Amino acid sequence: MRFNINKEGVDNAKEYFIRLVKHELHYTEFWALKDVSFKLKKGDRMGVLGFNGAGKSTLLKTIAGVLKPTQGRVHTEGIIAPMLELGAGFDSNYSGRENIFLYAATMGFSRKFIQEKYDEIVEFSEIGDFIDAPIKSYSSGMRSRLGFSIATSVKPEVLILDEVLSVGDAAFKEKSERRLESMMSDGVTVLYVSHSTGNVERICNKAIILTQGQLVANGDASDVCALYRCMVNEK
Amino acid sequence: MLNRIKTAARSHIDNFMKYRFLLRELVNKNIKLQYRNSVLGIFWTFLQPLLTMIVLAFVFMNVFGKDSSKVVNYPVYLLCGRLLFNFYTTATKRAMTSIRRQASMIKKVYVPKYIYPLSSVLSAFVTFLISLSVLVVVILFFNLRGMDPISVTWRVVYTIVPILITLVLSLGVGMILATVSVFFKDVENLYDVFCLLLFYLTPIVYHPSRLNFVEGSMQLRILKINPLYGLVSMFRAAVIWGNEFSKNWDMVLMYYTAAFAVVTVIVGFWLFYRNQDKFILHI
Repeated sequence: MRFNINKEGVDNAKEYFIRLVKHELHYTEFWALKDVSFKLKKGDRMGVLGFNGAGKSTLLKTIAGVLKPTQGRVHTEGIIAPMLELGAGFDSNYSGRENIFLYAATMGFSRKFIQEKYDEIVEFSEIGDFIDAPIKSYSSGMRSRLGFSIATSVKPEVLILDEVLSVGDAAFKEKSERRLESMMSDGVTVLYVSHSTGNVERICNKAIILTQGQLVANGDASDVCALYRCMVNEK
Repeated sequence: MLNRIKTAARSHIDNFMKYRFLLRELVNKNIKLQYRNSVLGIFWTFLQPLLTMIVLAFVFMNVFGKDSSKVVNYPVYLLCGRLLFNFYTTATKRAMTSIRRQASMIKKVYVPKYIYPLSSVLSAFVTFLISLSVLVVVILFFNLRGMDPISVTWRVVYTIVPILITLVLSLGVGMILATVSVFFKDVENLYDVFCLLLFYLTPIVYHPSRLNFVEGSMQLRILKINPLYGLVSMFRAAVIWGNEFSKNWDMVLMYYTAAFAVVTVIVGFWLFYRNQDKFILHI
């Protein structure tokens, strides 16, 4: 995944064309991810470790299809639930109820299908009577609880988690972890970004380490976590 | 080669089918949110064109003298043109800003991106269809009171031709504008001015016969390059001049506008597809 960083901040058409004509458009190439290849089988749970700016989120976004790789390709099968940010597909003027249908539709589910899951989603999210209030009046905890409930209730086959296990208060956190565990025992494939080797060891069977966009380790979760702890200590 | 095109087409159709629910949800959302929190709600779809018609009719019939409005029942004439023109501008303007408005979603979830301009155009289309009821009410009003009655004939079904062409044209222009405005936001301001120019280039408040251009003259031909000229004329021919339909329905203009719309939509999709992967880096 390559980005062109614009050094001079050309942001209007006039400037752009003048520079285009003069051949003065300079970009610095920056590879956020390079030569990262791995395969996961159904039911694998892979932790993605790395320092800030290592390219973890870029990797997840590429897998979720939000970013298109400059070179190479990503192949995924099954329904993906990208939880890069909970409630990303929400419209703040819409009520919770309307957002459930909107959010599910972004994942490709019909109204009818969600109608069946509706009660389960609302109950799990603990939103209660606020479900008909506009989302903009929700607290951030309520938003992420609702987002989490929808994304997990539709029984996705691939879960992409960007440190979202810390949803809501302690009680809800426990509940959501239980739900994730039961999904994992049902054979869901998980990609999990975290800084905590403890969480990765607990959840995942595989792990990789990214450093400045490069894949530096790929293997069993316990081995890779041990290596990562060494890297952290050295730093 | 043929097989490759076939598989590509199939995967596109499969993808569209998967996201058709989203398309519906987004169209619903655009319409629902437009008038949310306003007291009269969806009734504005009806009220807004009616009030604009009254203002324009008042101004052009009284201030600029009756001469400009003698052609037919002026309020109905005005309303026909404005409804169709407004559909075009609303659809294209919404499509233009659609990518930018949905930036937060585009950055977080994968959805085929053409869904955004497409849903904008379709929601404007639904609003337009609802607002057509104003036309029915206004025509009934004049006919019942016996002032300048409009004899609507079965030819009114021909309105479907200019309406569909306008829909395709709006989608094409909308895709082009959506793509360009991601890279150059300036286009949004420029297009507003362009729409004002278009408003006067299209016979909405005036009748082309009042322009003192000779039939077949250079000026009139230039005026007819604007596809909305033909679309508005066809729409009126079907609604107002059902009795002298063949005299008012211009076949050449029909083929011209249809071809124009199809070419625009092809260019629009081509431009959009070429650039859509770069959108996320600019919004």
